[in-house]
Amino acid sequence: MNRFLDVWRHSVLGRHLLTALIGLAVVVVVLESVGDFRALQLAAMAYLGIAAGGLTVLTGINGQISLGHGALMAFGAYTTALLLDDPTSSMPISLVVLASTAVALLVGTAVGVAAARLHGPYLAGATLALAIAVPGIALYFGSFLGGEQGLRVSLPDVPVWALDLEYLLTGTEMSRSQYVAYLGWITLIVTFVLLANLARGRVGRRWRAVRDDEVSAELAGIQLGRARISAFMVSAAAAGAAGSVLAITARLAAPSGFTIVLSLTLLTAVVLGGLGYLSGALIGAGLLTFLPPFVTRIGGDAGLSDIRAAELAPLVYGLVMVLVILLAPAGLVGTTRMSLAGRRARRQMAAAGAAGATTGSPGTTAPHDSSDEHDPGTPQASGSTTPKGSTR
Amino acid sequence: MQQLVNTALGGLTLGAVYAAFALALVLIFRSTRIVNFAQAPMAMVTTFIALTLIDAGYSYWIGFAAALLSGLVLGAVIERVIIRPVEDKPEINAVILTLGLFITLHALAAVIFGNRFRSFPAPFGLRGLEVGGTTIRLTTSGIFTIAAVATVMVLLLLLFRYTDVGLRMRASAYNPEVARLLGVRVGRMLTLGWALAAVVGSLSGLLIASGGLVHPGYMDSIVVYGFVAAVLGGLESPVGAVVGGLTLGLSLSFVSGYLGSELVALAALLILMLVLTLKPGGLFAVASARRV
Repeated sequence: MNRFLDVWRHSVLGRHLLTALIGLAVVVVVLESVGDFRALQLAAMAYLGIAAGGLTVLTGINGQISLGHGALMAFGAYTTALLLDDPTSSMPISLVVLASTAVALLVGTAVGVAAARLHGPYLAGATLALAIAVPGIALYFGSFLGGEQGLRVSLPDVPVWALDLEYLLTGTEMSRSQYVAYLGWITLIVTFVLLANLARGRVGRRWRAVRDDEVSAELAGIQLGRARISAFMVSAAAAGAAGSVLAITARLAAPSGFTIVLSLTLLTAVVLGGLGYLSGALIGAGLLTFLPPFVTRIGGDAGLSDIRAAELAPLVYGLVMVLVILLAPAGLVGTTRMSLAGRRARRQMAAAGAAGATTGSPGTTAPHDSSDEHDPGTPQASGSTTPKGSTR
Repeated sequence: MQQLVNTALGGLTLGAVYAAFALALVLIFRSTRIVNFAQAPMAMVTTFIALTLIDAGYSYWIGFAAALLSGLVLGAVIERVIIRPVEDKPEINAVILTLGLFITLHALAAVIFGNRFRSFPAPFGLRGLEVGGTTIRLTTSGIFTIAAVATVMVLLLLLFRYTDVGLRMRASAYNPEVARLLGVRVGRMLTLGWALAAVVGSLSGLLIASGGLVHPGYMDSIVVYGFVAAVLGGLESPVGAVVGGLTLGLSLSFVSGYLGSELVALAALLILMLVLTLKPGGLFAVASARRV
């Protein structure tokens, strides 16, 4: 046990891997205890989480906004649909996901090169144009990409080793929905470990430096363009993987699935959870998955027709997004962390005060007092007063 | 030849609408440095208000006026209540905020007015005019569209050039601190600017709806085209926005007519990227050092 604690304290990679293992265990327990419907819902949460994770790295850590991640997901989804189209091919599903990631990565590189020159509203507008333009490609190449109807995704059979493993562990058959959910969540865990490592390492520090102050970053020898493009590439790759899982979950890749609404929804997840926090992206994705049925039922009970009640969920997203930016720009995770750090700092201050030192009043230096002035991705105050340093 | 003329005329009509929308974006960007992505659903909501009135039996023009008036109120309220708190915050906050508004208004309209397509009446005929024996694709409604946008342009020009309020608005956009020192109520001018912009946005919403179908998402692509048009004109100049709108309308009309309507959005994206790469300050920019 002590050994684990040691790894937890001193190795970033170890911490991430341990978290991933715990996460995997939780996933197995949860997926084994839910039915097919919930499993598919969880698979949906997984792809939203993957895409939101990529977006939070881009927007929260690098400060670039993208409204085109839905479009990047479309590239991943269509690649998956095309690769799985041929029933004779025996391409393992992991390779399909990887290939989709690679395609989105390529597109993302092109977009990133263009986007690296833009910031703020210009970048938002350009990526919004991307989100609107991409569904048109599927329509234009209708004979190849299925036009308005899109492409059906034929799911390959559950591999024998997975069936065996499932039987060995639980003594039950693995259903297709369970298989899809496992695929989604394992993809999510792998993606998150990679993203977390990148964000904590040198690359992540550069991204943050570029976000916080372009001039200082440039003076420190960071090439702005390269940092921005690399952030966009990583983020696009995550979107591609997410699109692939989406196609497998929904068994369909169609233009109507990748509207501007999807891109904006992802942004909601990221903002709500807290820009720059992977855990926040996951919480946001969870809310996006489980809130709509709940809200829709309330609307139905209140006497709205089904179609109108279905619009209550986006209404809640939108309102929440506005309120979060106005009231708690650091999001759920960010705000919680800052208030925890603030309390810890006050406690230390009080302890120091009790020891006889009279150094200033404790209240004025509490970090969360100034937190509202920071942009949503920079809760710097949390880092400066915690003994362990920044927790990100 | 006839197709060429018709495509060009269709493009001009469409371009006038884009110009109006771009004008709305520019008015707001000039004063608050915010691109109001929520402009599209704002215009959509006011169009639905007009449609509700028209369906209730009132005349087209009462609906028209009500839409513009509700646009005025909506713009002022949104600036005062929602945008004001983030005006001095990092620009990404404002962008996310307008997108949040985008989703909110969108969903609100779908809840209140329903999510289906509804036809919107046109003020004038939708038949093409007859010129020298052949029918050209310029309708009376099309002429009304162009005339309405031109009128708004002239009115705004007069407002900014020759009135006291216009001067104050320009001053608070140009240098808020100095304007404030000179006794201009900068906050009020910003509210007024948003209100005016929302009126112009509503106008473009009404114009694009006339004779067509409306539903909560019908303005979604217009915000992109309006943004591209505004960037073409430099995002700061009202005249640039109008020229940009007409240019974009013509280009997209040709793409739609000769290459396929699915590619219109892609063409807009391409034009946007070209402009931002080659002339980030817009088509009429004098050499400048501002970073986009």
